Amino acid sequence: MGTQRHFRIWRGDDETGDLVDFDVEVNEGEVVLDIVHRVQATQAPDLAVRWNCKAGKCGSCSAEINGMPKLMCMTRMSTFGRDETVTVTPLRTFPVIRDLVTDVSFNYRKAREMPAFAPPEGVAPGEYRMQQVDVERSQEFRKCIECFLCQNTCHVVRDHEENKQAFSGPRLFIRAAELDMHPLDAKDDRKEVAQAEQGLGYCNITKCCTEVCPEGIHITDNAIIPMKERVVDRRYDPIFWLGRKIFRRPGMPEKPADGRRG
Amino acid sequence: MTDIERHSYDVVVVGAGGAGLRAAIEARLAGKRTAIICKSLFGKAHTVMAEGGAAAAMGNVNPNDNWQVHFRDTMRGGKFMNHWRMAELHAKEAPERIWELETYGALFDRTPDGKISQRNFGGHEYPRLAHVGDRTGLELIRTLQQKIVSLQQDDFAETGDYEAKIKVFAECTVTELLVTDGRIAGAFGYQRESGEFVLFEAPAVVLATGGIGKSFKVTSNSWEYTGDGHALALRAGAKLLNMEFVQFHPTGMVWPPSVKGILVTESVRGDGGVLRNSEGKRFMFDYVPDVFRKQYAETEDEGDRWYTDPDNNRRPPELLPRDEVARAINAEVKAGRGSPHGGVFLDIASRRSADYIHKRLPSMYHQFKELADVDITKEPMEVGPTCHYVMGGVEVDPDTAAAAVPGLFAAGEVSGGMHGSNRLGGNSLSDLLVFGKRAGEGAASYVDGLAERPAVAQADVDAASEEALAPFAREGGENPYEVHSELQQTLNDLVGIIRREEELTTAVKRIAELRARVDAVAAPPGRKYNPGWHLCLDLRNMLLVGECVARAALERQESRGGHTRDDYPGMNPEWRKVNLVCSSSPAGDVDVVRQPMPVMPMGLQHLFDRAELAKYVTEEELTAYDAAPSGDGAADEEEEN
Repeated sequence: MGTQRHFRIWRGDDETGDLVDFDVEVNEGEVVLDIVHRVQATQAPDLAVRWNCKAGKCGSCSAEINGMPKLMCMTRMSTFGRDETVTVTPLRTFPVIRDLVTDVSFNYRKAREMPAFAPPEGVAPGEYRMQQVDVERSQEFRKCIECFLCQNTCHVVRDHEENKQAFSGPRLFIRAAELDMHPLDAKDDRKEVAQAEQGLGYCNITKCCTEVCPEGIHITDNAIIPMKERVVDRRYDPIFWLGRKIFRRPGMPEKPADGRRG
Repeated sequence: MTDIERHSYDVVVVGAGGAGLRAAIEARLAGKRTAIICKSLFGKAHTVMAEGGAAAAMGNVNPNDNWQVHFRDTMRGGKFMNHWRMAELHAKEAPERIWELETYGALFDRTPDGKISQRNFGGHEYPRLAHVGDRTGLELIRTLQQKIVSLQQDDFAETGDYEAKIKVFAECTVTELLVTDGRIAGAFGYQRESGEFVLFEAPAVVLATGGIGKSFKVTSNSWEYTGDGHALALRAGAKLLNMEFVQFHPTGMVWPPSVKGILVTESVRGDGGVLRNSEGKRFMFDYVPDVFRKQYAETEDEGDRWYTDPDNNRRPPELLPRDEVARAINAEVKAGRGSPHGGVFLDIASRRSADYIHKRLPSMYHQFKELADVDITKEPMEVGPTCHYVMGGVEVDPDTAAAAVPGLFAAGEVSGGMHGSNRLGGNSLSDLLVFGKRAGEGAASYVDGLAERPAVAQADVDAASEEALAPFAREGGENPYEVHSELQQTLNDLVGIIRREEELTTAVKRIAELRARVDAVAAPPGRKYNPGWHLCLDLRNMLLVGECVARAALERQESRGGHTRDDYPGMNPEWRKVNLVCSSSPAGDVDVVRQPMPVMPMGLQHLFDRAELAKYVTEEELTAYDAAPSGDGAADEEEEN
C-alpha cells in the first residue's frame, strides 16, 4: 500500500556531517516524523531524533524540512509531491549534538535570566480575581510549546552567534509580554527589562518568528510591537526621563496607572 | 570502567512531569538540595498532553460542590478499589493545590465573577475541572517549570549560582536505583547527549516517571512512557499494586494509521459532543450499567437539557466513566456498527456552533485539521479506545508517598491506589499536584530523620554500568525496534481492553519468550545520543511491567474498571476486598500475591447511601455499615470542611 520516497537526512555531530540518502516506504496519512522513525527502525537504528508527544503539543521534534523550520510530527507527507525529495536537517541556529538533535540550552539559559512572575502582595491563594477578557491576551502567549522554531528562524541570531549574548529572542519576548499583560503581576518594568536586558531593540519586525510559529501566536503584532511601543512611550516621556535620571537605570520606580493594559 | 560523573543531593526526583516538578518544589522549599532527572528536555513531559483540566472541588461554578462530593465521585469512578485515604486527601487538598498555581503565575480560564472556571467531565457530578481551553496540561507543566526557575533565581540572588539548591538534569535516564542495607543510597543513569554515566548519591529518591503505555501498540502515550519507575521500584524491592487496571481512554484518533491512539479529549463530550454508531444512533443510552443508572439520563432530551439545567436533569451517558464508554465503543465496533476505520463517530459539529468549538476546543480543531484533514466544526470525528493510563503502580503510604523501601517515594501515575480500578478524567492533574507535594515533603522529612546516609556500594555501581553497556557487547543480536513492536502487539492483542484466561495465559508465555529476546537485543555502536541503545534499556522495563500487568490480569477473576474479563463478567464484592501486589526477585521473576484492601472508616462510608454501597460490598461489610451509628463519622468529616 505504501510508496517509496526519497529522503535526505543530515547525519553527523558538531564537527562533521553530511546529508545521507534513504529510500523509504511512506503510507497514507503519515507525517515526516513517521518516516524518520521508519528509517530508524529499519535502516539506521542510531539515528538521533528528539520527539515526545507526536501531536504538536510538546514542541520537541523541531527541524528544518526542505529548509523550512517545522515540527516533524505536524508535517504531513501529502504536502510533498510524489517524486519530491524530502530533506531533513537540524535547526541551524543551535549547535548540533547528533544528527537531527541540537543543543537548545541557549533558550533555557535565557529563560532563567527572565524575571519570574511576581505574585501580588496581600492576595491570598484562592483570592485571585481576573476577568476572562484580561487573561486572554497573556493566554495567547502561554500557548507556546517551546519548540524554539521562532528562536531558530530569527535572523538576529540565526547567522550571528555574536548576538546571542545580548539577545533573548522571540520566545522570551512573548514571555515578557505575557507577564507585562498579566492582570496581577506585581512587577512593573517588564518592557524596560526587555529593552535593557533582553535585546528587544535588535528586533526589526520582519515577522519571520510569527510565520513559523506552529501555535499561530501573533508574536510580532501582539507581543513585540506593543512592547516596543510602550518602551518608546516611556523613554520619551519627560516624567519617565526624569525618573530615569534619578534612578539611573531604565527600570521605572512605579508602575504608571495606565501601564498594565496599555 | 568508564569515568562516572558523581553528584550528591538530598533528594533526587526521577521524572519532570507535574508530579516530579511539584515534588521538587516542595523538597527545595523544605531546604533540601534537589536534583530533577528529566528523561526529555525540561518542560516536555507527558503532562503537556493532558487536555481537559484538573479536578478540584472549588465550587466556583456550582456552589454545591465540596470535597465529599468529589470523594464520592472518585470512589465510584474507581469502583471502590481506591485507597480511601488517598481519595480523601486528594479531594480535600486539590483546591489548595490549584489556587497555589495562580501564585506561580498560572492563568486559568475564568468565571464571570473572575474566579477559576470549571468544566464538566465524565463521572464528576458538578463542573469541577479547572482548565485553560483544552491545553490545561501545558499550562500546568509550564507553570511548575517557571516556578522552579523562579526558585533558581532566588538561589542565584543569594549564592550567585542558579543551581545551588535545585538542578535539572535534562535528557538523563535513570536505569537503576542503588540500595544499601535495604535503604535507598542513590540512583544510576546515563545522559543522552554524551552517553556518559552519572551517579547520584542521595538518601531519598522520588519516583515520578509516569506510566507504561509504550508497552501497548495503540496508546496515547509518548516514547518516554516505558514503565521506568514501576520497574525501578520493583528491582529496588518495592511493590506494585493492582497492575491489572489499565485505562483505555474511549476516544483516541483511529485514522490515519500514523496517529492511531492520539488522544481526543473528553472535553469534546463534556462540552456537548455525542457518540454515534454507523446507524447514527446515540448508542451510549444502551450501555448504562446498573450501578450508575440513577445518575444518568434515560432519554436524549433529558441528556441535552442537562448541559443548561444540571440541577433538574441527569447527565448524558456519554459522560459515564471512561471504562464504561471504552467498553461500549468496543462492543459497537465488534457488532459491526463501527465507523469506516474501525471506531465510532464523535459528533460535536451538529451540536455546537463553529465559534463555540474554536473557543472551547482549539487544539482538537488544530489536531484533526492538521493530522486527519477533518474539520470538526463541520464533520464528526472517528474515535476508538486507546491505552491511556495505568491505575496500578507503586504501593505507597498515602500521607507521605513512601514506598516499601526506606528512602523511596512515588507520586503521580507511577504510584498506585489513588484511582482504584478506573481514574476519572481530571483527577490525574490534581493527583500529581496533591501527591507530588506530599512526596516532596515526605522525602524531605525522611532525610531530616536520618542519622547517617547510606553509602553507595561500588559493586552496585559496577553492576549497573555493566548492565547498561551489555547491549553494545551483543554483536548480531536482535533489533530492539522489532522486539518492541512484538511486545506491543502481544499486550495489545492479549492483555487489552477485553481479556480472557486463555489469552492471558498465552500472553504470560509470550512474555517469557520475549524475555530471552530482550536479553539478546543489540545496540548499534556509539554512546552519544543513540536511540537504539536507549530502547534496549527501556525494553527491559517494559517487559517487566508488561509481565506484571498480564499476571495480575490473569489472577483477578472479575471485571471491574480498567480490567474486563470476558470469562468473569461483572464485579465480585469479594474481589473488591483484594489488592493484587506484584514483587520481583533480583533475577526479575515476578510474584503476585493477594493482600487485603484497607477498610474505609465508617465516617466516610456513611457519605454513601446504603443502597449504593450495597452494589459494591459484601453482606458482611453491609452489616458493619448498619451497625455503625449512622452519620456520626460523616458529621465529623462535614465539620472539617
